[in-house]
Amino acid sequence: MSATTLSLPSTTRFRRPLPGFGLSLGLGLAWLGLIVLLPLAALAIRAAGLGVDGWLRAIQDPRVQAALKLSFGAAFAASIVALFAGALIAWVLVRYRFPGRRLLDAIVDLPFALPTAVAGIALTAIYSANGWVGRWLEPEGLKIAYAPAGIVIALAFIGLPFAVRTVQPVLESLGREQEEAAASLGASRFTAFRRVILPELVPALLTGFSLAFARGLGEYGSVIFIAGNKPFATEIAPLLITIRLEEYDYNGAIAIAALLLAASFVCLLVINAVPSLFAHERRTRRNG
Amino acid sequence: MVERIPPPGDDALQEPAWLRWTLIAFAVLAMALLLVMPLLMVLGAAFAKGFGVWFAALVEPDAVAALKLTLFVAAIVIPLNAIFGVFTAWAVTRFEFAGKRTLMALIDLPFAVSPVVAGLCLVLLFSPTHGWFADVLGHYDVKVLFARPAIVLATLFITFPFVVRELIPLMQQQGSDEEIAARSLGAGAWTMFFRVTLPNIKWGLLYGVLLCGARAMGEFGAVSVVSGHIRGLTNTLPLHIEILYNEFQGTAAFAVASLLAGLALVTLVVKFWLEARHGEALAQSHRRN
Repeated sequence: MSATTLSLPSTTRFRRPLPGFGLSLGLGLAWLGLIVLLPLAALAIRAAGLGVDGWLRAIQDPRVQAALKLSFGAAFAASIVALFAGALIAWVLVRYRFPGRRLLDAIVDLPFALPTAVAGIALTAIYSANGWVGRWLEPEGLKIAYAPAGIVIALAFIGLPFAVRTVQPVLESLGREQEEAAASLGASRFTAFRRVILPELVPALLTGFSLAFARGLGEYGSVIFIAGNKPFATEIAPLLITIRLEEYDYNGAIAIAALLLAASFVCLLVINAVPSLFAHERRTRRNG
Repeated sequence: MVERIPPPGDDALQEPAWLRWTLIAFAVLAMALLLVMPLLMVLGAAFAKGFGVWFAALVEPDAVAALKLTLFVAAIVIPLNAIFGVFTAWAVTRFEFAGKRTLMALIDLPFAVSPVVAGLCLVLLFSPTHGWFADVLGHYDVKVLFARPAIVLATLFITFPFVVRELIPLMQQQGSDEEIAARSLGAGAWTMFFRVTLPNIKWGLLYGVLLCGARAMGEFGAVSVVSGHIRGLTNTLPLHIEILYNEFQGTAAFAVASLLAGLALVTLVVKFWLEARHGEALAQSHRRN
């Protein structure tokens, strides 16, 4: 055994210290390819095969346009709500000590764990005309269930933990030295927050927003119960995909799905680009 | 004349008490409205007509069939994603190779893709009329779409990242020193894995499996597209909830929903317990998701 090892110094020199590189990478790639990439490739290729005519017909459909507008708008509004609420919750959880803080911290993950359909019927029951909240708001003329506002609330529920969980670790790792420096130079608490803390949080806020937006754009289960699903008014794009499928209009479904998939890719790109985008700025700010 | 600058003590770095408590109140209120109320609603509505009605909704034949299918799917999906998740995390955290960052971004893809889009992709592959594999499936008379295989595949797609994303930060943080030591002492590859790696990652793996399981049993959008909604045959628990709800059987729908909400609560409690016992490593790793 040792003789062969000695006679082949070139192979032993480059031997990796740990075993299983080929096996683990091979299995990992095969699994990723089979489960995730192959189905997505099927959609991409079918979408490319639609041709200009097919795409124009799908995009020019006013019902599709209304659904896409609603989906993008509601996801945007909900991500803004989730961002503000999430940043506030992260701030309170990291900076303050109060009874029940750890319980609050644990509950943040609820939307990750609660099935979307369960969240959907619960939110609908709460905000419908005779629900816990709806019965107080409907007499005031505020309709939430079966209206766009309900969609925003459902998506904010889904997006909230993304915002909290991206901002929280950044706040935790933020040193107090710069705040001390700001205070010693006479900055008020508000100025210190605006000029010292907020710039450090921007990358995390952007990532949290993108995650919540990507998730909200494609969300289905929690929305379809509360939305009302009226064409041109409260019909989201993922629902329209299922409707097109049920009508056996495969090309219509493929076009909407391809647009949503492209938007997911853009969100992923933003999320992955954020650290390198801000790495440069942060370095210059620290040095300068 | 030198102006006196207050020494930077606690007061300068702390918001005034009224502001602090206002912020806390708003945070608690936001979470109570957005997160806690839906949970209470599910439990309240499930038991609104008493324990007997709740129980009857759960033992009704279609509900039992849905529960069985959901457990069947979870029993296939969780081990597969756990095994391949460990392999993928091992490759990503222990070796350097070209395209590693792309691979990690692709692992996250199912988080960002709409469940409905995922379902449609499977329809495009396996539809007996329009699918890529229509000829092969027809030739061997295999039914994938609107049957159990498609439900399993859709759930595999959706839950793909959960275990890997839990393990990668944990294994990165732990480093490979102990494993290299085991190797240099003559441990075989599998001995090293079962005696060193697995004990180190077991709590992270457990939490990943738990998240994967909760999502696998609760997945709605992707499964809804590929299942065909055949009562007693291809209905999972979330799909059964939808049918009951649309048939105005609200109490029964919430009774079945309370089962899944209970599962979500168990997930949160186990996570709370794991973090309390196994400390910062796990907390750090799950937050980076």
